Amino acid sequence: MLVKEIIDKLELEVLNLADGEREVSGGYTGDLLSWVMGRAESHMMWVTIMTNVNILAVASLRDLPAVLIAEDAEIAPEIVAKAAEQEINLLRSPKSAYALCVGLGQLLA
Amino acid sequence: MTADVLKYHFTVVGGDFTSAGKASVNVKKLLRQLGIAPDIIRRVAIAMYEGEINMVIHANGGTADLEIYPDSIVIILADSGPGIPDIDQAMQEGFSTAPDNIRSLGFGAGMGLPNMKRYTDEMKIDTEVGVGTTVTMTIRL
Repeated sequence: MLVKEIIDKLELEVLNLADGEREVSGGYTGDLLSWVMGRAESHMMWVTIMTNVNILAVASLRDLPAVLIAEDAEIAPEIVAKAAEQEINLLRSPKSAYALCVGLGQLLA
Repeated sequence: MTADVLKYHFTVVGGDFTSAGKASVNVKKLLRQLGIAPDIIRRVAIAMYEGEINMVIHANGGTADLEIYPDSIVIILADSGPGIPDIDQAMQEGFSTAPDNIRSLGFGAGMGLPNMKRYTDEMKIDTEVGVGTTVTMTIRL
C-alpha cells in the first residue's frame, strides 16, 4: 500500500511528505535506534515515540518509506525541516504505537 | 594499484548528536554516485553509522576513512578514546556502557558493534585501554 493511502486511512498528521508514492508492505516499531537500524527493512513503516534528529539518520540510511511518530510526541520544527531537506516522509498520530501497528496490520493484511 | 583506490576522510565530532551520522549519510550519497549496488551501500552506511555513533558516545569523536578498491570497500574508524576492556562482552547483543542521557536519545541498545559485524564481511578491532580503538571493516564487492 502507498504511503499516501495509509495517511488517508489511518488519518495521520503529515509533518513532511516527500514521496507519497512509496510502497509500504510492513511495519516496524521500536525506539532503540541501533535495534531499528539492524532490523527494519526498506519496505517497512517505522512507528516510534523517538523524535530527536537521529531518527532521520536511521530512516535515511535504511531507506524507510516513512517514520510515524506515535502518541503525538513533540517534535522540534528544525527536525521537521530537516526531514524535508532529507526527503523523509514524517507522519504523526495521537494513537499509541500499538494501536498504529494494529491499524497498519489490518490495512496490509 | 593506488590509481584504482578512492579514498575519503571524515572527522567525527565527539558529543555532537545533532550531526552524528553525517559522514554515513554523505558516504551513502557518494557510493550512489559511484554506481555501487544498493545492498552494498546499505551495509556500508549502517556499519559506518554505528561506528560513528560509537565514537561520538564513547570516544569524544575520531576519524572515519573510506577506501574503495575494485573488489572491496574498507572502512577504518579510529579514535583516541578509552579503549574496550573486554571485546567479547562488547560484541554481545544488548551489552552497552552508554550512560542514561545517551539512552534517552535512543542509543545504547547494545547493538552497535554486533550490527557492524553483521553487515560487513570482515571486522577487526584493535584496542588498548586508555589509548584508543581502531575498527577496520571490509565489505566485498
